Formats: sequence, C-alpha cells, structure tokens
Amino acid sequence: MKSTEEIFNLLKDKFGDAVIELKVDQPVESYIVINPLEIDKVCKFLFDNEELKFDNLMNLSGVDDDNEKKEKDENGNEKIIGRTLSVYYHLESTSLRHKLTLKVSTLIENPEVCSVYEIWKCADWHEREAYDLIGIKFLNHPDLRRILMPYDWEAGYPLRKDYKNPEFYQGMKVPY
Amino acid sequence: MALKTEEMILNMGPQHPSTHGVLRLELQLEGELIVNIIPHIGYLHRCFEKHAEAMTYPQVIPYTDRMDYLASMYNEFGYALAVEKLAGIEVPERVEYIRVIMGELQRIASHLVAIGTYGADIGAFTPFLFCFRDREKILSLFEMTCGARLLYNYIWIGGVSHDLHPDFLRLTKEFIDYFRPKIKELNDLLSYNKIFIERTANVGILPLDVAINYGITGPMLRASGMKWDLRKDDPYSVYDKFDYDIPVGDGRMGTVGDSWDRYFVRVLEMEESLKIIEQAIANIPEGDVTSAIPKRVKPPVGQVYSRVENPRGELGYFIMSNGTPNPLRIKVRGPSFVNLAVINELCKNLLVADVITILGSIDIVLGEVDR
Repeated sequence: MKSTEEIFNLLKDKFGDAVIELKVDQPVESYIVINPLEIDKVCKFLFDNEELKFDNLMNLSGVDDDNEKKEKDENGNEKIIGRTLSVYYHLESTSLRHKLTLKVSTLIENPEVCSVYEIWKCADWHEREAYDLIGIKFLNHPDLRRILMPYDWEAGYPLRKDYKNPEFYQGMKVPY
Repeated sequence: MALKTEEMILNMGPQHPSTHGVLRLELQLEGELIVNIIPHIGYLHRCFEKHAEAMTYPQVIPYTDRMDYLASMYNEFGYALAVEKLAGIEVPERVEYIRVIMGELQRIASHLVAIGTYGADIGAFTPFLFCFRDREKILSLFEMTCGARLLYNYIWIGGVSHDLHPDFLRLTKEFIDYFRPKIKELNDLLSYNKIFIERTANVGILPLDVAINYGITGPMLRASGMKWDLRKDDPYSVYDKFDYDIPVGDGRMGTVGDSWDRYFVRVLEMEESLKIIEQAIANIPEGDVTSAIPKRVKPPVGQVYSRVENPRGELGYFIMSNGTPNPLRIKVRGPSFVNLAVINELCKNLLVADVITILGSIDIVLGEVDR
C-alpha cells in the first residue's frame, strides 16, 4: 500500500518532466498531473510495476474546465486563451488496495490525449464517451466513434460549456 | 467445389424483449455462430450529466432516480454520499441505518427483477410472476415510507426526506419472515431446474483476469470467483457494523464464471441482504432524520470520486465543484455501462440463442447505460 506522495516520487524519478505536479490542497483527494502525450507510458508503468499493480481503472472522466482568461494583445484586441479540457483517471489496485487519481490537461484548440485502451480494456467506452460529449481526441484508440449521441451528430460536443443545440437535426426541429 | 459463404449481419433490437430496454446489438454471424457483436447504445440518452450542471446539488437527486430505475434508492444513496464527502457533511446515525435498510431492500427488489426476467428470457415464465409478486411487497414498503413506488426522491443530502412510518419496522420484519422460504421455493423452481441449468451452465464463461481488465464489478465479478464487494472492501456508511457473507461463484453446475454462477450469486445475495436488514432493524437508534440537511449546499472547490456497491456493481460518482451551488461536472460510472462492454468477449463462437442467455446474466438497465 503506497500513498499518493510515494507514488509521485517514484513516477518523478522514472519519467521526469512528463510528471508535472502533485496537487495536495484538495478537499478530499490529492492527484498527480501528467503530460497528456505520455499518460499511456505512465499508466503502463503503474500497471506493470510489482509494487503498484494498478489493475483496475475505476473511472475515466472528461471535463471541460471552463477556465478561459481574457487577455489583450499589443493592438488592444481581446483574446480568450488558456481554456483547457481535462481527463481524470481513477485507478485502484485490487491486490494491494491502494488508489490513485491522475489528471491530464490539454488546450481546447488541440485536445489530444494518448489512449490507455491497450492497458485497460475498460477504457474503451469511457474514452468514447469523453470523445462524444467533451470532444477529447484519444490517440491510438482503435474505434473512436460517438457512443451516446447519434453517429451523425454534427453540432459539436454537448458537455462543453459553450455548446448550443442545433436548430435542426435530420430535418427535425430540435428545441421543443 | 467449395460453397461460397459470407458473413451475415443480424440486428437484435432496439425493440427486442430480451434486450431489457432499447439496445441494438449488431451480430456478425458465420452460419449460426457469433463472430463479433457490436453494441449500439444511446437510444435512452437523456443527458443526465448536462442537466445536472444546470441544477443545484439537491435538485440533482430526482434525476439520479431515473438512471438505474430498478435501483433508484441506491442511486440516491451513492449521490448523497458523494456530495456529503465533498462538502464535509456528517449525518446522524439513524439516517445511516435507514439508508442501509432501504438500500438492501432495493437490492432484493432489483435482484428479483433480474432473476425473474432472466427466467422469462430462457423460457421459465412462472418464476417471473413469483418474483414480481414478492417485489411488489418491497415496493409497498417504499410507498409507505415516501409515497412513491419506483422513483423515490427519498435519500437527501445530509438526511432522508421523512422518518420511517410507525409500522415500517414491524412490516419489514414480517416481510423477511415471509420472504426467506420463498428463496427456497425459487431455488426448487428455477435454480436447480434441469432445463435451466442446461441452458446456462458453461455458457459465457468470464475468466477473472478478463473481468478485472474490463472493469467488471458486482455480481458478475463475484461470479468469476473474486470476493470483492465495496461494502466490505471499501466500506461506506455503517456497513462495517453488520455480519454477512459475500457469496462468490464456485462453478457448482459447470465452470466458475458461467451464466449460471452469475445468476446464482444474485440469489445468494438476497439472503445476505435479509441478514443485513434484520440486524439493522434490531439496532436502529432513535434520532432526528432531518437535522443535518443543509439549507444550501455549496461544496469547496475540488473534486471527489465516491463509489458504492449498487445491485449491479460499482456505482461511482465523479463530482467537480467550482465553489458555486451548481456542480461543474458530474460523471456517473454506471456498472451496467461498464459491464455491457464485455459482451463481445463473452459471446464469441457461441450460438445466437446464447446471446440472450448471456445478456440476461449481465443484468443491464438501459437507463443507466445511456443515462
């Protein structure tokens, strides 16, 4: 059984800059922030390592952080920058009985995160759901299709904070 | 000269009695053998997570009822625990006991539906009627408590909406005495029925390592031989005060992790739930059940993942707060959603008739798969 701090130190030694920080000032559970393009390697290590053995992915959730900031450039035009989408991973080891929360954040302009499908098959539908509702693209996912919304839904990703319902879908009026 | 053959695509659902709701399975067949199954879900998508973002925390509770509509009490229970954990609310002990009693009654009611409809899927119609007759009695107990039979809005953040009816404990005791012999009757009628065993034993075997990798939880995981129950392994509420067993599959009729094991674990679990209810009734303390309900719920900035053992498995709530009365994000990890994803693995190289056996033994509720 290892605490989040111990796991953070272990990961920091092994992966260096890919492990960004440890957030401890949380009301319930602290978490570790990882680089979105290295998350698959970090997870593979967490899965394989004899002292960690994270064999169960409890949950994977995509989040629209809704954290944009307005900034003025040199010409005085307002720009909106810094809005991120995040993915939270809740891991657990059924044999060693410890839990861990990981987070990756990616800018909304190019939301790309490496898939962990190869490690936990369970991630398949969770990642499809995060893609469907938030619009996070999981690299190396074998079958990244919409899952809850219709396959031909073209109005964007419903759980983003700036989502607007389309007026028509397949000739049917949407707002009722 | 060899005959030219090709794969056939067969659609099962969305309107099909054995899919237990609106689910479409795209079966790719080689003759009568399954090559691949592609599930298409989302027909019942009611945007729970989007709705929740526009609500205050207590307003979300009626929506959680409508996810797994066969286990509404447990959905509320899990949600209330998650928000209480995030906001740091302590609840009185009487409330905890009431929640446990309601949760376990709900588990029995939900398993009765699972068992009854499973028999009906396979062709045994009488146990279905027996199960529903007994479930009605539990629903009447719920109705007496909060006025609703299916969608309760009973367990609130920090408490429950009403105290128990004065007759509730006596009638629940009567129900326990009535129901115990009925489990034996059910076993004689269905569990040890030769035809039923022939249809379910050795069908759809789920090995343990595959189950864990797919995130399978609940009776399905226990049927594969792992003693894993969040009530014991990650205790919440007052479950650590009771004495009960966790039944696991032992391959009595075939192989560990087959459809019969998945069915029978549910039967055994009903008996364990009766034990818990009995002990809870005997020890329930007096007290005010509404005293800890906060006027305004405004959790601090942060996130929580809290999980409970729902009748179908691990029901997890991931809640993010930005310090306002409305949640920033609620994600539900529904056990049905995760358990359904393994169906392709289970059905490979089996017959079309076995798909119905296996789907029934997974016990999905489409309201929770699609949310």
